[in-house]
Amino acid sequence: MEVLLPHSLDEALAMKAERPDAPPIAGGTDLMVDLNFGRRRPPSVIDLGHVGELASWHQENGHVILGAGLTYATIVREMPEFKPLVQASRSVGSPQIRNRGTVGGNLGTASPAGDALPVLAAYDADVVVRSRARGERAMPWHAFLTGPKKTALAPDELIIGARWPLRRGPGSFSKIGTRNAMVISVASVCLVVDEEDARVKVALGSVGPTILRATEAEQQIAAAMASSGAWQDPSITIPDQVIDEFGELVAAAAKPLDDVRGTAAYRRHGCRVLARRAIRWALNERRLPAWL
Amino acid sequence: MVVRVKVNDQWRDAEAWAGASLLTFLRDRLGLYGSKNACEQGECGSCSVWLDGTLVCSCLVLAAQAHGREVRTVEGVTASDRLHPIQEAFVEAGAVQCGFCTPGFVVAVADLLQKDPHPSPATVREALSGNLCRCTGYQKILDAVSLAAARMGGGT
Repeated sequence: MEVLLPHSLDEALAMKAERPDAPPIAGGTDLMVDLNFGRRRPPSVIDLGHVGELASWHQENGHVILGAGLTYATIVREMPEFKPLVQASRSVGSPQIRNRGTVGGNLGTASPAGDALPVLAAYDADVVVRSRARGERAMPWHAFLTGPKKTALAPDELIIGARWPLRRGPGSFSKIGTRNAMVISVASVCLVVDEEDARVKVALGSVGPTILRATEAEQQIAAAMASSGAWQDPSITIPDQVIDEFGELVAAAAKPLDDVRGTAAYRRHGCRVLARRAIRWALNERRLPAWL
Repeated sequence: MVVRVKVNDQWRDAEAWAGASLLTFLRDRLGLYGSKNACEQGECGSCSVWLDGTLVCSCLVLAAQAHGREVRTVEGVTASDRLHPIQEAFVEAGAVQCGFCTPGFVVAVADLLQKDPHPSPATVREALSGNLCRCTGYQKILDAVSLAAARMGGGT
């Protein structure tokens, strides 16, 4: 086994083109476990730790561009205005894990329990990938995440990052697990309100083969807010019955399985409860004055 | 491959298998046994060290990834022969039973108190959430952190 140490993205892409069977390593929080336990013995690995281009984020033309090498600790420190993303990042692992783990790792591993993934789904993010031979391409998150631990990444490509349109509106990420740290989600919900398009977007993690969007629930709550006038006037109350229906529709969108971390029924109920909380938090936040 | 790392202010180099973790490199190649090998999957924090000043689990870093970088281990928390105030506080508070998790805790507490000399109880719990102790039930570890924070004073 050998470790390749590129010092730029171009160099890394050239190495990936020559060694399509070499997995990239950044924080190592997934790959090192497989190496330590002898589950994987790749002939070589490509260390992206010196590829600075991947470890930053910026805003451009109304979009956020988030590099695959950005760690969860950096997101928590530098991106407070992206609350659902910060909440998800802060729930990843432990301080040690957040100091190393990256969003690119969540994307590459493509576990349905990857905590950043429901946030990217609720943001309607595109995943940006690049190869030396064919250059850059971007695809919607759902085209990238093709199944449990499966992605549309070609063997000669590297994940560059994620890109999503900037939108105004409250949102949250919450998850269920057995403790507050070092926990793989049993169920997670990201809810984002888009005030500009009058939409509510809800993504679910750990309750299906990949990340799911609860589209019927999204339409139901947006329509209820439209017919009551709540989009224009946040002080208008949404009745409890509508919130309960919303929770039912979110629960119905889940496709959970029984496994060691929880039963399908528990996960579905978790989605129901988290969804009701998330929409209440968002509606309350819309009522706060803008200066708060 | 030869890996060259600045460990506790000294450049050291040694041969390492390409797939070796920084933890096994520190222990098996450099003879630094303070960082403990327990879960090898980032769950327990027993192998916590600083990599370029950042708290990490050394079991999840390839030794090759640390090449040319600076590592500080529990052996390097103090340059003197005396215990660090955090280590003294662990002894006095009874925060050590079997002792296996202690080096990782000492490193994680030192990382916390560098950044936040007077942490709130909630901050301490979050900062130590990546370190497992199966003996003490944690209360004496939390007592040790309070004691160390009070003694170290944080310059305020």
